[in-house]
Amino acid sequence: MSDRNRRKFIKTSAMAAAATALPMPFIWPKGASAATVKMGILHSLTGTIAIAEKSVVDSELLAVEEINNAGGVMGQQIEAVIEDGASDWPTFAEKARKLIEKDKVASVMGCYTSASRKAVLPVFEKLKGLLYYPTYYEGLEISPNIMYTAQEATQSSIAATEWLYENRGKSFFLVGSDYIWPRTTIKLCKITLDRLGGTVAGENYYPLGHIEFSSAINKIKATKPDVIVNCVVGGSNVAFFKQLKAAGIIDAGTTVLSLAVSEEEVSGIGSENTAGTLTCMGYFQSLSNPTNEKYVSAFKKKYGANRVTGDTLECAYIAVHLWAMAAEKAQSFDVEKVVAASSGLEIDAPEGKVKFHTDNHHLWKHARIGEFLPDGQAKMLYESPLIEPDPFPKL
Amino acid sequence: MDKAATTEKPEFNPTLASTAVGMLERFGVVVLGVLLLLVVPLSLDVFRLGLAAKYLCFAFPAVGIVLIWGYGGILSLGQGMFFGMGSYMMAMFLKLESAANPDSSSGTALSAFFGAAGLPDFMVWNSIEELPWFWEPFHHVWITIPAIIILPPLVAFILGYVNFRNRVGGVYFTIVTLAIAAIMAIVIIGQQGYTGGINGITDFKTFMGLDLDNDTAKYVMYFITVVLLLLAVLVGRFILKSLLGRVLVAIRDQEDRARFSGYDSAMFKAFVFAVGALFASVGGAMFTIQVGLASPSLVGIVPSIEMVIYAAVGGRLSLIGAVYGAFLVNGAKTFFSENFVEYWTYFIGALYVFVVMFLPLGLAGILDKLRDVGKRSG
Repeated sequence: MSDRNRRKFIKTSAMAAAATALPMPFIWPKGASAATVKMGILHSLTGTIAIAEKSVVDSELLAVEEINNAGGVMGQQIEAVIEDGASDWPTFAEKARKLIEKDKVASVMGCYTSASRKAVLPVFEKLKGLLYYPTYYEGLEISPNIMYTAQEATQSSIAATEWLYENRGKSFFLVGSDYIWPRTTIKLCKITLDRLGGTVAGENYYPLGHIEFSSAINKIKATKPDVIVNCVVGGSNVAFFKQLKAAGIIDAGTTVLSLAVSEEEVSGIGSENTAGTLTCMGYFQSLSNPTNEKYVSAFKKKYGANRVTGDTLECAYIAVHLWAMAAEKAQSFDVEKVVAASSGLEIDAPEGKVKFHTDNHHLWKHARIGEFLPDGQAKMLYESPLIEPDPFPKL
Repeated sequence: MDKAATTEKPEFNPTLASTAVGMLERFGVVVLGVLLLLVVPLSLDVFRLGLAAKYLCFAFPAVGIVLIWGYGGILSLGQGMFFGMGSYMMAMFLKLESAANPDSSSGTALSAFFGAAGLPDFMVWNSIEELPWFWEPFHHVWITIPAIIILPPLVAFILGYVNFRNRVGGVYFTIVTLAIAAIMAIVIIGQQGYTGGINGITDFKTFMGLDLDNDTAKYVMYFITVVLLLLAVLVGRFILKSLLGRVLVAIRDQEDRARFSGYDSAMFKAFVFAVGALFASVGGAMFTIQVGLASPSLVGIVPSIEMVIYAAVGGRLSLIGAVYGAFLVNGAKTFFSENFVEYWTYFIGALYVFVVMFLPLGLAGILDKLRDVGKRSG
């Protein structure tokens, strides 16, 4: 079954790639597709998080276009209904309700921060909607109405810690933004270090949006750790990397590994500041496989040659395909049937072959460690085997 | 006539009374009541009604701001703090109720895994093993509701009195309120083990055993909100019409003179500030019940300033105007963001600029202008 789906996906993508080359009027014959199915897209297009979420929408729309060009889902064209969560959690809840109750969407691709997901979760559970969530996150959640297409914390943190311990040194300094994802990730990192026999030189948390990291930098200078694990999130990374660079820590050979910095963020931080540091993600734009090359070129063709993809973008892209595949497999848009059909569903994604776990709504994924190059792309140093998702780790 | 306290009562004018404007002036509360109790519920579906209820929750702090700013002359940029207090206290009660409820899906999975039953989920993640003492009282609805009604006004009164007594007023007091709202948001975000942090408190199942998410519950909650809001407007009117209101306006216009006349101006100002806090707190509690979450994004500076904007759009001297202001601004947000998803914030910005430039007295100012025109032609 999964093999057939995979072939179908490849076929779909190939047709999509061919179709995008054709002039628009040919693809959209007027009134040809009377049957459409609505799919919601719910991200922040305004507000503080918009900078990260806008491109996620682009990636999802690319997938929608591919599927539509290849004939849609069960012969129905996908009509994307876009709503703005405005970086505000109550607004996310309002818009989720609107998409399900008013627009009657079959599924929603949405949310970026955990906070926004927590705000919409009760809405999806009560109204029996279906959300595909594309961001790596802390785990500790399995909602019957949410499918998670990115890494949960154990899938990156444990693998990264083990690799760093093997290859870079035994004393770790841990820095993060102060909320649930960095705290869970760092906790897993500490537990892994305990098991391996490494040491924690220091642990610092800063509020989101913080731009003054001198206290951490002074501690790093004093304790001289082998490795700095960076779980700082969002715009704060600009200040953090600049200050690390200015303090000479990156150039002195201390390994800095970020768990929330992808190619997308690097373009904001400035690639001269991140060059030589490491990142752990499920996907890099530089991965060489045919599916990824097709995805990256289609993305650049649609949105501009200077645009970059990244982990969340790719997870959002496969989310749309995974939903379409599950609906085809179930021959229904009914949420329960789509969820049931998703169990064990395999996809040949840009990040390689990944598949849904049979019962916990997360994907089996690779953890990949890459080193940022001066051009902002990542060179892969390590690729783990597929890691089983374990949102409720036994510690 | 909310303006009774500032302008002289217009003489009874038969042509005026027969016009729509005159009706609105004279029967503002009745018109508002008919709109909110009949027209809105009859013309909107359940989803839109839920949104209307949310807008009305923001009208509570706006009505309070008309009192304290328009009539008390105290510009508070920290009403989000009181809105947040009401919102969080209600959320604590709802959260404890759903944490104790074995049917709550995500809660059961978490406590099965961590072995800490009955605790709110975010405490479980933050490795807090015992319910903090200040959460304990919120097991009981009959402590929660009085707390929502008493605590925020009490805090506001003390805060106001201490400042006003020491002659901290005007822009300095505004800065104090701004700072406290910011501090409260920072504390909530920082103490995530106790408050849910940036995620806020979400995922409630029931309110006193009643499911909150069926149509009947939505209608019931909407009507409760409307009745409370009308009550707030009437209380505001009562205050403004009483001697208290007149002293308040005197203090606003000439504080020294009022003080020399023997009035304890700090006491009056602190009192009205407390009333504003009470309204905001009730609005926050109703918001949490209906929207289903408490969030630090409703506590800090930005929401506090927005609440002042609602009052400004409605007209800062009009209690009823504040309700229309909150409704209009939030309705416009929803409308523009649904229809112009990429550019809606520009429309909201343009709306604010338009109001400030052309309607310095807000929606209520339009009414005044129309009345003047009516007078001239009459």
